Amino acid sequence: MFDTSTSTTALLAEVTEFVWKEADILDRKDYDAWLDMWLVEGIYILPMGDGEDYENQLNLCYDNDKMRRLRIDRFNRGFSISSAPAADTVRTVSRIVIDDVDGDQIKLRTAQHLIEDKFGRQRIWAADVFFTLKKTDDGFKIDRKIAKLLNSGGMLNSFSYLF
Amino acid sequence: MSLDTTPKFSDLDALYDVENAKVATEMYEDPALFAEEMDKIFKKTWVFVAHESEFPDKGSFKLSHVGLDPVIVVRDRKGKIHCMVNRCRHRAATVCEVKKGKTSSFQCPYHGWGYGLDGSLRAVPYPEQYGDDFDKSQHGMLKLRTEAFEGMVFATFNHDAEPLVDFLGPEVCRYMTLFMKQGGGFPVKVIGEHQFSVPMNWKVQLENTTDAYHFPIVHKSFMQTLDEKTEDLFAFMDKNEGWVEDLGNGHSIMMMMPTREDLDERMDDPIEPRFEWLAEEIRKEGYSEEQVKRIVLAVGGPGFNMNLFPNVSFSLSFFRVLTPVSVDKTDIRHMALGMDGGPQIANQTRLRLHEHFQGPMGFGSPDDAEVWERVQRGTQGGADLKILVNRGMVDEEPGVMGPRGHVSAETGMRAAYEMWKRMMEQEA
Repeated sequence: MFDTSTSTTALLAEVTEFVWKEADILDRKDYDAWLDMWLVEGIYILPMGDGEDYENQLNLCYDNDKMRRLRIDRFNRGFSISSAPAADTVRTVSRIVIDDVDGDQIKLRTAQHLIEDKFGRQRIWAADVFFTLKKTDDGFKIDRKIAKLLNSGGMLNSFSYLF
Repeated sequence: MSLDTTPKFSDLDALYDVENAKVATEMYEDPALFAEEMDKIFKKTWVFVAHESEFPDKGSFKLSHVGLDPVIVVRDRKGKIHCMVNRCRHRAATVCEVKKGKTSSFQCPYHGWGYGLDGSLRAVPYPEQYGDDFDKSQHGMLKLRTEAFEGMVFATFNHDAEPLVDFLGPEVCRYMTLFMKQGGGFPVKVIGEHQFSVPMNWKVQLENTTDAYHFPIVHKSFMQTLDEKTEDLFAFMDKNEGWVEDLGNGHSIMMMMPTREDLDERMDDPIEPRFEWLAEEIRKEGYSEEQVKRIVLAVGGPGFNMNLFPNVSFSLSFFRVLTPVSVDKTDIRHMALGMDGGPQIANQTRLRLHEHFQGPMGFGSPDDAEVWERVQRGTQGGADLKILVNRGMVDEEPGVMGPRGHVSAETGMRAAYEMWKRMMEQEA
């Protein structure tokens, strides 16, 4: 556990830098750089509704390393009409809260506001995004990322980008 | 009545030219036509509202829609299914805003009128002010007729409508039974649904489920993520083995993989290499080799899509439901199907396969949604141009119920538009 305000502030600054970097990478659609931010065993989930048994429920996406790479490959190859071109996005990540620190593992949650633009139409999405990060010799790596959209269990639109 | 109040769609032959299979642009664009469709089609025929597994117990309910009308589908204490408009008979407030759940009654939040699970009015607070002749039996919630086949629950406002199975017809019923074999010996269960709204007319979706022509184009990026064997399974356009057939009353089937029409007939085949790992996992749980085979076949799903007029389709391994919202907006639901009581690993695999193609983040649905929206955007120009649904008329042959054409023929669209025309011709 971390117990001094100094270390909390320092850690908050470190993880903030990391999640801001990720947000910037996703807005720029620099997906190869995004893949490098992950642990191989990492899981990327966009769940629906309030359930947390992600493996046994239907999600918007439940990506292991293989599915993440296939997803990025699909975006990059240019054959997917919805992502060629994809919507442009601008997102902000804020309200970062560190929930737990256990050895080299840090759990945090953030608020994300994203605006997409396609066909001159803008849509707004808000999400609570939960990260489990691991501190490695190569900086932080994502072990788990769960992006819970508001109204995730309701009527959405299709997405040509990542949260 | 002056001429300018005559709707411009009074000429149905101009809206859908049967002989040449041409659809007028107004079909996707005219709000007055949309309003008339809601009355003459969605208020008149059987509309899919729920699968029985979504409200399995006595007192369980689900919110749904019949056309623009929000409805509640519910089982009463005896298990009988009811469907009624979600509106209090007093001052119109919705009596339920929980999407799915279990209850013993519905109570209006405004003035407390209480309704039974069959929609009958049971309780009115302070009733004295209505006088002695207030008749509760005349103030129940507005009821629809409901009937079910193979677990699929349909409702209609039309109390004179033909029985559901007659509307579906024998071939649709036969294929529905075959479709449900993907329960793998267990009851088919809805295990989740993706929902996304698309800026398109509802008929753009109606056309899509038995349209094989778009598959290799729109879903190329999905195909590229499959292993070779699975990709071969989806190469139905090149193999020329399948067909599309008009099944009557606007319904149609697209048989993409004829070898998977009836999963039982595949029981002697070896397990597909892509599912060998899964078979091994299921064996470990103590299932017999026959059950393992049946379950693995079920995970792969059947080889056809079937579209029912006007709002539900069976698409390989899921149900697709459309709800019209306005002339250029349609809500889509893709319901994932699993085996009720089946091995967890089999249902997990079904979930992951569903996520792979379907829904807002799938590798398939977003591309479908994009082209559907592009149709709606395209029809804003060239108002006098026609939409062509004539593909495959050149070599159609008679099928069991109606014409049968090439797997990529637009036979299903023609079936739907002929039914559309038949319904729109009726007096309101």
